[in-house]
Amino acid sequence: MNKVKLVTIITESVLESRLAEDLGRLGARGYTLIDARGSGSRGMRSADWDQNQNIQIEVICNENVASAILDHCQKEYYSNFAMVVYITDVKVLRPEKF
Amino acid sequence: MIENLLDPTILFFLIGLFAGIVRAELRLPESIYEILSIYLLLAIGLKGGVQLSTTDLGVIIVPASGAILIGLIIPLIAYPILRRLGKFSKADAAAIAAHYGSVSAVTYAVVLIFLDKRGVRYEDYTTVLLVLLEIPAIAVGIFIARLRASKVAPSYSRLLSEVFFGRSIYLLLAGLLVGFVLGPQGIDSVRIVFFDLFKGVLAIFLLEMGLVASHRLNELRRVGAFLFFFGIGMPILSGALGTIVGWGVGLSVGGTTVLATLAGSASYIAAPAAMRIAVPDANPTLYLTASLGITFPFNLVVGIPIYYWMATTIH
Repeated sequence: MNKVKLVTIITESVLESRLAEDLGRLGARGYTLIDARGSGSRGMRSADWDQNQNIQIEVICNENVASAILDHCQKEYYSNFAMVVYITDVKVLRPEKF
Repeated sequence: MIENLLDPTILFFLIGLFAGIVRAELRLPESIYEILSIYLLLAIGLKGGVQLSTTDLGVIIVPASGAILIGLIIPLIAYPILRRLGKFSKADAAAIAAHYGSVSAVTYAVVLIFLDKRGVRYEDYTTVLLVLLEIPAIAVGIFIARLRASKVAPSYSRLLSEVFFGRSIYLLLAGLLVGFVLGPQGIDSVRIVFFDLFKGVLAIFLLEMGLVASHRLNELRRVGAFLFFFGIGMPILSGALGTIVGWGVGLSVGGTTVLATLAGSASYIAAPAAMRIAVPDANPTLYLTASLGITFPFNLVVGIPIYYWMATTIH
């Protein structure tokens, strides 16, 4: 098993297409997207209508790409959008895939 | 007023609103809002297109210019009010102003039901006015925000596609085109789904909208008293402007009521999506609460009868 990073981004669904582009540009080879809801400093995001939906994006990548994604999100989106990004260690087979 | 309340669509809305306020265990499936809003926008467009197919297009030019004028003027009136009296930041004021200049398609559907029930005739091309009113105000709002030094520069290509090919405009135009091309006979095969079922679907949608609006009401404490009064005062002001313009361009009583309602309504589909991208430093809680939590319920229950009264008075 090989150690790589899992980057998880939880944010507003309005950013979906923009983030997908960003991730590709920053070197991510793929991602998984999940509809999400929850509550935080920007209030309840209950996904009951389309302006109020959250998404969770998961990216498995190497450490360099992971920190590039983190920096980019912080610079570009943290001030104006509801967003949480965190990085965890994961183990995978086929490290060349990521 | 009471007579206006006794309609299935309005009652369903109030039931949804009440369910949210008392925190009833009522939660419609997440995708229902999306499915129903797609249906409603297509159906509204289709109905307008069919009516348009039998209309002399030349008569539209003057009322259409009136509608665009309203869309441009309302944000310019709303912005200084929000800045001076409301003390909102430039970005917030511009974003809220854009919402009040733009329109709500569901409020439009409800005013048509209101007029149909009373047997009041209105012009066949009102759907065109709906589409025309949706865009200019959003453009003006973005322009004000840009001009007044919003720090964030958006991608313009993304913005254009969001404004012109955003879901609500695209579906309305699609319905309009299909209805226009096929005409009354051509759409016979889908008449049951899009015309006959319309009111029932609208009633379910308004139940959901009542729930959504009640959740916005919970945010009222955070947005302050000014926005509450703005959410009621601004539509009356815009409605009066719509009445004067409607009368001025020669619309009937029904048509004037529709234009006044359009002017008085605030967007909550197209404008929020565009503003989130174009003016991300504006706080969405402010414009969503004002537009959806205050103005939308106000218009459905009290506003439309007022606009009808204004239109009959001026004629």
